This record gives sequence, structure tokens and C-alpha cells, in this order.
Amino acid sequence: MAKKIGQKTKTPMPCRDAVERSHSFDEVAQGYTAEMAIAEANRCIDCKNRPCIAGCPVEIDIPTFVAQVGAGDFEGAYRTLSSKNLLPAICGRVCPQEDQCEAECTLGVKFDAVGIGRLERFIADWAAEQGLEPVAEVAEPTGHKVAVIGSGPAGLTVAADLARLGHQVTVFEALHKAGGVLIYGIPEFRLPKSIVAREVHALERMGVEIKTNHVIGRTFTVDELFSELGYEAVFIGTGAGLPHFPKIPGLNLIGVYSANEYLTRSNLMKGYRFPESDTPMIRGRRVAVIGGGNTAMDAVRTAKRLGAEDAILIYRRSRVEMPARAEEVEHAEEEGIEFILLAAPTAILGDDRSRVRAIRCERMELGPPDASGRRSPVPIPGSEFDIEVEVVVFAVGQGANPLIRDTTPDLHVNKWGYVKADPQTGATEKRGVFAGGDIVTGGATVISAMGAGRRAARAIDKYLSTQSPDGFA
Amino acid sequence: MHRILSNEVLAPDVHRLWVEAPHVIRKRRPGQFVIVRASEDGERIPLTIADVDPARGAIALVIQGVGKTTMFINELPAGGSLLDVVGPLGRPTRIEPGSRVCCVGGGIGTAVVYPIACGVKSLGGRVVSIVGGRTRDLVILEAEMRHVSEQCIVTTDDGSYGMKGLVTDALVELLDKGEVFDEVVAVGPLPMMRAVCDVTRSRNVPTIVSLNPVMVDGTGMCGGCRVQVGGEQKFVCVDGPEFDGHQVDFDGLAARLRAYREQEAAALVQFRRDHDLECEAMGTV
Ligand SMILES: Cc1cc2nc3c(=O)[nH]c(=O)nc-3n(C[C@H](O)[C@H](O)[C@H](O)COP(=O)(O)OP(=O)(O)OC[C@H]3O[C@@H](n4cnc5c(N)ncnc54)[C@H](O)[C@@H]3O)c2cc1C
Ligand code: FES
Repeated sequence: MAKKIGQKTKTPMPCRDAVERSHSFDEVAQGYTAEMAIAEANRCIDCKNRPCIAGCPVEIDIPTFVAQVGAGDFEGAYRTLSSKNLLPAICGRVCPQEDQCEAECTLGVKFDAVGIGRLERFIADWAAEQGLEPVAEVAEPTGHKVAVIGSGPAGLTVAADLARLGHQVTVFEALHKAGGVLIYGIPEFRLPKSIVAREVHALERMGVEIKTNHVIGRTFTVDELFSELGYEAVFIGTGAGLPHFPKIPGLNLIGVYSANEYLTRSNLMKGYRFPESDTPMIRGRRVAVIGGGNTAMDAVRTAKRLGAEDAILIYRRSRVEMPARAEEVEHAEEEGIEFILLAAPTAILGDDRSRVRAIRCERMELGPPDASGRRSPVPIPGSEFDIEVEVVVFAVGQGANPLIRDTTPDLHVNKWGYVKADPQTGATEKRGVFAGGDIVTGGATVISAMGAGRRAARAIDKYLSTQSPDGFA
Repeated sequence: MHRILSNEVLAPDVHRLWVEAPHVIRKRRPGQFVIVRASEDGERIPLTIADVDPARGAIALVIQGVGKTTMFINELPAGGSLLDVVGPLGRPTRIEPGSRVCCVGGGIGTAVVYPIACGVKSLGGRVVSIVGGRTRDLVILEAEMRHVSEQCIVTTDDGSYGMKGLVTDALVELLDKGEVFDEVVAVGPLPMMRAVCDVTRSRNVPTIVSLNPVMVDGTGMCGGCRVQVGGEQKFVCVDGPEFDGHQVDFDGLAARLRAYREQEAAALVQFRRDHDLECEAMGTV
């Protein structure tokens, strides 16, 4: 039976003060207290059709989980959660809930949806504090060996699921730290690195071997993983790490970065602590970031924290079309990020020492919707204007990294270079090779990469026991 | 952890370290490099694989101490270690079997050209080499280069050793004498590579240069190593490090190499100060 509607708005998330936090890399959102979590969970009206489950890419039994929180049974809630989601502390922080589970919430039709993401985060953090482990019994060893390439959310999920089934899993990671975008891309103030480290550590305790500093395609090729190292199946989860730059003049000036480089220098290499750490960054009093996604928000908020007096976001559409999580856009605004909407860069201008001096933009207006359903921006002739800045960061999307494709001749890719894989199983057209995450879909989300990893793990398990590549049509 | 087997001084501030990296040597070919991180909080720097010793599972790195990281590494003793060594990275040198190649190395660039020269020789080719330095002390790996070359010319800017002049002077002399090369491979400071390309362009000799931009990941993920080649944007870590020298935008690359000069200088001052204090504390100065 559905319950009556109580509190109509979402219990607010306690956050660090906007002014204070805009100079600090400490986490912004502080998380619910137990009382807040119970209150928020009890907003759920326990509706009959439970549409939220279908909105979750990993099909968490959300109504049960929420009811457990509401009843104060946090441990039970954690069991429900962790049986489906390997990385709840991460997903609770970075999932675009407003487009997923919360978008489907019945209460959300008229009022605020239940804060499912915030509850997920609360329970995951509570469990970590209690020292609870995910439901992770590891089956008897099967003797099968699987190689996973890349340690982002897709790779970590495949590895965990296969390890639980008793397979021997090795993760090969190109960088010196595991975690993919969770480590090098998403900043500390949004996703503390200790949380990622904890999840990676849990994987190692399940017997997964993580080999960092191994670039597949260089250190070993995919074929050598089979022929020389004896793996029976390979999962490719290498992400979409090849930054795009627009074709405009001035890209090689000093102070121009891709968001990947800017964020990697700050997050992975701890450039925000230079000179205590050794990796420098150009800080700049005025910084412009181009783009409207999560990556752009992360970069522009990082710029502010690195001491920029003016951190400016330039986006070619309007605010409603921004693909970033709603919460991040709000946080950015609160922190004093300046938004220049409906504008796109046409050139970067330098001084006589080849340093960025300004960015030239033109104004846009919105035309008819494009293939993605969003209204596409059209330049307004003669509307160019300059903004004085010292640093420009591009967060305008990425392409497929060529390393594996170029060294694996029989791996099929689409016209953008992404690996062709069956969406249900991750099976590629190369026998024993599966793929998932951003390297298949292009830049997407943490949870969709995890979902792809989960499906691929199921298919790989089946492949290992039957040797039949679960149908690529 | 990668154990340092030996650390020898080749020239003032230039060291050769042999470092254990068995996973790197398996597939390594001439022209490739590794990315090294010396310590936690250390930066990731690209270094050419100057030589390999399969018996010991080790690679040789030749390092010029110009900044905090390189100076720190050069002071690590045999028995010490590097935290991370990733590789082999970059595309190997494309070597035509049986070709005649002029290998030009300037300063530390000789350490990059040396493995390429070895590669040419091992594929039945012939090497004429030009090895230059500002002064006698700065000429490195001469014996090694001689060993793989049918002729090896040494130049110094100040005439303290070998021919007085620049490597390009020696190259012009060879070409003017009518020497014919299938290819010139030039590695050294940017002005040197650019000068070699100017010499060979008018004479239509194909010329390969090996570029050393600032890198972070070395896998194509950050784009920090980008350079314009023939009007197209290339990522040196995955598309290079070797390119047709006649197509490279040296000006753009030179600017980008200066990007962190101020920060690096500051870090170095700090490093030296800490270092001196440490030595004082240990009573070594
Ligand atoms: C700055 C930023 C912020 C984001 N914010 C959000 C957010 O808030 N919410 C959200 O849902 N999504 C967000 N995303 C998107 C999300 O992070 C990605 O969709 C997700 O991480 C993709 O996972 P993946 O496992 O496919 O790949 P990745 O996380 O990209 O991991 C791939 C890993 O493979 C490694 N690798 C690559 N090539 C090789 C090779 N040849 N050999 C060995 N290893 C290799 C890489 O080093 C990397 O560690 C963000 C992305 C960025 C860049
Ligand atoms: S070093 Fe990052 S892309 Fe080349």
C-alpha cells in the first residue's frame, strides 16, 4: 500500500560554506546525518509500480533499500545496496541521479523526488565507518585466467564480478594508480581519493591482481595476453581518453590545456600542492574553461581552488542544455564561477612570449534540435568579443585512444574508433575479447560503465565455461 | 620499484643509470622511451631507452640534470630505486634494412640517437655518425657510437675536441663531399634539430627528428605533448616521438617547452636549499 505524502521537498545536503570551500580541495558535500537520512527515506511513498528500479543501470532494489534506511536498518540497507552495486560510495557521489532513478520517482512527478543518491552515499559511508565489507564471498577457484585492461569503473566491476565467481583476474593499468577517471579526472572536492583507494583495496583483498604501469598495446599486446601470458579472455575497459581540441588558432600557446591534462596534473599528480609535489601547473589569475559537462565543471572549480580570481565557464548552448550533473552546476554557481552562455571560442590570442593573453569568442543562438535532441548553437555573425585570460582549458569531449586498436588488427571499431561490442554481452568480433565502458559508448557515466562491466562479466563467465562467444549478431 | 644497478657520470651533470625493468625490455625497440616517476609526489618524466641488457633485465637511461626531478634521479645510488617505470612507449624507429643513415647527436641527444644507430646496424645498414657537444666534456657516448658507425665525426663548439664547429658544419661537409644518405636522423636541442633540417631540406635528404615535449601520462590521454606536424596536430607520446623534421613546427614546440620554466626554477632553488641543509646536517659539507 502506498503511504501518504509527507515532506514535499528533498532534505537539503549539508555543504561546506561556498566561500571557504572555493579555496579548498576538501569535499564539498558533507553527507546526511542518520536523522536526515531516515527523514528523507521516509518521504518515499512506497508506490506500487516502483519505477525507480528501471531507472538504475545496475538495477538496485531501491524501494527495499530506502525502506530499510527509513526503518533505521542501515546494515540491511547496505546489504541490499552492495549486492548490486560494487561502488556505492562513488555512485552516490557522482551518478546523475536526476536523469536516472530519481527521474522516474513517482513522488517526483509533483514534488521533489526522493534523494536516492544521497541515501546511497549515506549508507555507503556509514558502512565504511563501521568497517562493513561488501557481500563478497569468493567462489572456489575455477582455474580460469582473465585479463582486464583499464582500472576505471568498467574494469573494476568486471574484475570484482569475475573474482567472486572464482576466476583469476589481473587488471592491467597504464597509469601508476588504479581507478581511471575516478582517480585522475574527478577532483578530491567531489570524490575523495581515499574512497577510490578503499574500493580498489577491497578488490585486491578478493584476490584480484592489479598491475599498474602496464600499457596494453605497448608493454603487451592483446594477442600476447592470450598467447604468452595464458589468459583465456580479455576485457577492454580503456575509457575514452583522447582529448579533443577545437580547430582554432592559438592552441599551442602556453596556458592552453585539455581538461584531462589540467585535471590529471591537479588530481593524479597533486599539482595543486606544487612545489611540495613536483608537477607544476600554470595557475593564472583569470581562467576560462570551455564546455558544459561534468569535466568542464570539475576543471573550472579546480581553477578557482588553484587561486584564480575569475574562473569563467564558456558554453555554447544555454544552461538547460548543460550535460553536467545539476548539483555540480549549482555548486559552481555558489562558488562564484562566472558563466558565459551561448558563446564559443574562435581563437586564443597570445603575447610576445607565447603566453595566453585572451580568448576570442562569438555569440551563439539556439537553432533547431540536432541529432542528440538538444537545440544546436548557431553563431551570430559579427558578434565576436575578447575575454582577457591567462589559462584556457578545453573540456569539449574526447575520442577513442588508438593504442589498442592499432596493435590489435582484428578488433573492429566504428567510424569514431570506438570498439564494436554487443551491448548485452560486451562481446567483440574478436574471439575471447570483450569490451565495455567509455571505449565502447564514448564518454558516458560511471554507472553505465559499471553496468557494461557487470553484463560483460556474466558473458565472460559463460564464455569460459562453454567457450562459445555469447552471440555477436 | 625498479632497482638501480649502476649510476655512472658520463659528463658534468649527465648520468647513465642501468635500471631493472624486465617488463619493458621484452618488446622494446629502438626509438622508444619510458616514463619514470622517481618517488611518491614525483612528476612523470619521459626518458629514452638508451640501451638494453636482456641478461640483467635492465634498461639504460641517460639523464641530464636540469631540473629538480632529473637532479634527484642523478643522485640516486646503485642499489636505490625508481618508483615507476612505464613502457616501452612511442612508436619504434622505422628502419629500412640495409639503408645508409647519418646519425646526428647533439649533447644528451646522442643517447637517443645511439639505440637508433644500433638498430640500423643490426638490420644490415651502415651508419655515419656526427656527435657534438659545446665542449669536450659534454661529448657523450663517443666510444659506443664509434662502435656502430663506419665513420664517426666529433664536433665541439669551442674546438676543445674533434672538429671545431657545430654538428651541422660536419653534416654540410659530408653532403658537399657527395656522401649519399637514405636518411638523416637528428636528435638534440631544438635549435640543433632545426638547423639540421634546414641543411637537409634544400638538399632533399629525408630527415627524422625525435621530439621531447613535456609529457604527463604518455598514453595519449592528456594532449600535453601535442605538436604541429605538417599542419596537423600530433601527440608525440603515441604518434611519435619521431617525425619528419621538415614538417615539424619547431617554434610551437619551443614555446611549449618553456611553459614551466619559472615554476621549475623555483622548485630547483628549493631543492638545492633543502639538499644543502641535508648535507650540512649529515656533515658532508
Ligand atoms: C573530469 C570528469 C568528470 C566526470 N564526472 C562524472 C560524474 O560526475 N558522473 C558520472 O557518472 N560520470 C562522470 N564522468 C564520466 C565517467 O568518469 C566515465 O564515463 C567513466 O569513468 C568511464 O569508465 P571506464 O571504465 O570506461 O573508463 P575510465 O574511467 O576512463 O578508465 C579507463 C582506464 O584505462 C586505462 N587505460 C587506457 N588505455 C590503456 C591501455 N592501453 N593499457 C592499460 N590501461 C589503459 C586508463 O589509464 C584508465 O585508468 C566524468 C569524466 C571526467 C573526465
Ligand atoms: S603525454 Fe599525455 S597525451 Fe602524450
